[in-house]
Amino acid sequence: MLLRLQQVALSFAGNTVLHDVDFGVEPGRIQSLIGPNGAGKTSMFNVITGFYRPQRGDITFDGERLVRQEPHRVTQMGIARTFQNVRLFREMSVLENVMAGQHCRSRAGALSAILRLPSQRAEEQRILETSLACLDFVGLLEHRDRLATNLAYGHQRRVEIARALATEPRLLLLDEPAAGLNSGEKQSLIGLIRRIRDERGVSVLLIEHDMSLVMNVSERISVLDHGRLIAEGAPQAVQNYPRVIEAYLGQDDEELTW
Amino acid sequence: MSDSSNPRPSPPRSSSQREPEARRPWQRLIIAFESPGPRRALQATIVLLLIVMPWISSQYTTVILTNALLYVVLCLGLNIVVGYAGLLDLGYAAFFAVGAYTVGILTQQFGVNFWVAIPFALVAAAIAGIIIGGPTLRLRSDYLAIVTLGFGEIVRFTARNLEITGGASGLSHIPEPSLFGWRIDSAIDFYYVFVVLAILAYVASQRLFDSRLGRAWLYVRHDEDAAEAMGINRVRIKLAAYVIGAIFGAIGGIFFSVNLGAISPESFSFQQSVLILLAVVLGGMGKIPGVILGAFIVVLGPELLREFDTLRLLIFAVLLLAIMLFRPSGIWPEKRA
Repeated sequence: MLLRLQQVALSFAGNTVLHDVDFGVEPGRIQSLIGPNGAGKTSMFNVITGFYRPQRGDITFDGERLVRQEPHRVTQMGIARTFQNVRLFREMSVLENVMAGQHCRSRAGALSAILRLPSQRAEEQRILETSLACLDFVGLLEHRDRLATNLAYGHQRRVEIARALATEPRLLLLDEPAAGLNSGEKQSLIGLIRRIRDERGVSVLLIEHDMSLVMNVSERISVLDHGRLIAEGAPQAVQNYPRVIEAYLGQDDEELTW
Repeated sequence: MSDSSNPRPSPPRSSSQREPEARRPWQRLIIAFESPGPRRALQATIVLLLIVMPWISSQYTTVILTNALLYVVLCLGLNIVVGYAGLLDLGYAAFFAVGAYTVGILTQQFGVNFWVAIPFALVAAAIAGIIIGGPTLRLRSDYLAIVTLGFGEIVRFTARNLEITGGASGLSHIPEPSLFGWRIDSAIDFYYVFVVLAILAYVASQRLFDSRLGRAWLYVRHDEDAAEAMGINRVRIKLAAYVIGAIFGAIGGIFFSVNLGAISPESFSFQQSVLILLAVVLGGMGKIPGVILGAFIVVLGPELLREFDTLRLLIFAVLLLAIMLFRPSGIWPEKRA
């Protein structure tokens, strides 16, 4: 297991969000986490990445303990994420946004920057090259100098993915990457997710509501409902579990059209 | 101006929209100077002008310009804290005081050589930066403002009440430094010292801004959570801003103390902090040329209005208000236009 959650429990002011969740991601996998709204999917991402501290349970990443680590440490250990609502750095260019990801892979301090030491300049060059390569990978190289928040929404999502890839992760967490995309953009997102795994060797865990995308891209699906993991398995198997159908039928009519 | 001509649904409006919009000629001029060639020419002209200034103007003007250059150093330092890292600091004069008093005490009371005293002053300032930064960095900006204000006052009151700092009357007869036999004592000597300091502060600011650390300050200022998710330790990054800002302030204070030869607690009052902050906000937070311009305006403005005698501070205040009304994000136009 690359990522393993054991008996993870999270609650806020008496409201239990995650009930003793056992969960894992194997290396080299594309895996999805699905479930109705409010099931605790994003909370689980936040627990993994250190933004929330679980009351109980253990999380390990490639054998290292993740629990109670600060978010920046988790990223440094090799887990990158995107946000449900795109959170790019405003007033900064696309390239500058992606360069943020390289921060944890570089080390020059204030003094070497002020003195422009050769090591600092070489490092800056490396940051630039890696970031450009990540932008190229998501197909946005020509937009490098535009303000990130002025790009089309679909492109902003790709910038966020490029920024996450620039942290050189081993596991990438995507929080509803298809939200707000049109069908063409969803198709190319599927291609991008596969390339991230195939060409970069990064395992991918995604939260997604678009069922056709989930069924298309995932090799394994986990279903979360009311903070409990109710089903897990290959896409076809999960689709037919009675408990999954029940969880989804309990939803508003609107959401049945997934 | 651009509200009706820009039909696209824009994200929360900022003055830094990259989309084409009508620009005034002077804005175009300033933006032209952002490109490397003209920028170098402008920098060379300013340096040349600074060098010849004492020879074509009165001694009075030289003294005023020296003060303006001191403010350039202080404002560029505060700009790192307020402009880059987005941390409001209402007690910046405290770091200025730490630099001035450390050198004053060591040279005047213990007979330490001025150049030997400098590293001590820098270390003292860095420690002061950690003391104020460490416990307060998790506070929201309005609380941070209050704590830094309190810190500034504590430093001033401490200086006023200790014997070693000379109490309310401060320290006098701080010896003038000399460098390889050159005794730095005349007004013109100190003018050139501050020219060098201001240039160094400018270069250091620019290089920090173009570095990994400079970008990290912006990331943290814009979105702390997203920055953390990118592997940036926000506490460490903010602390670095405080410490570097403190060192800039201390450098200003070190040379301020030997220039005047005497310092007293009232040189480091709350008003001093406000004036420095005013210059930074006026010029445009985070914009280096703007901050330099702000420093000159704050120092030279009241001098240029001297003929209005008693009305001058009123006129100056009205001018400042007008500038903030018409250019709320500072005089200097946005770089990313």
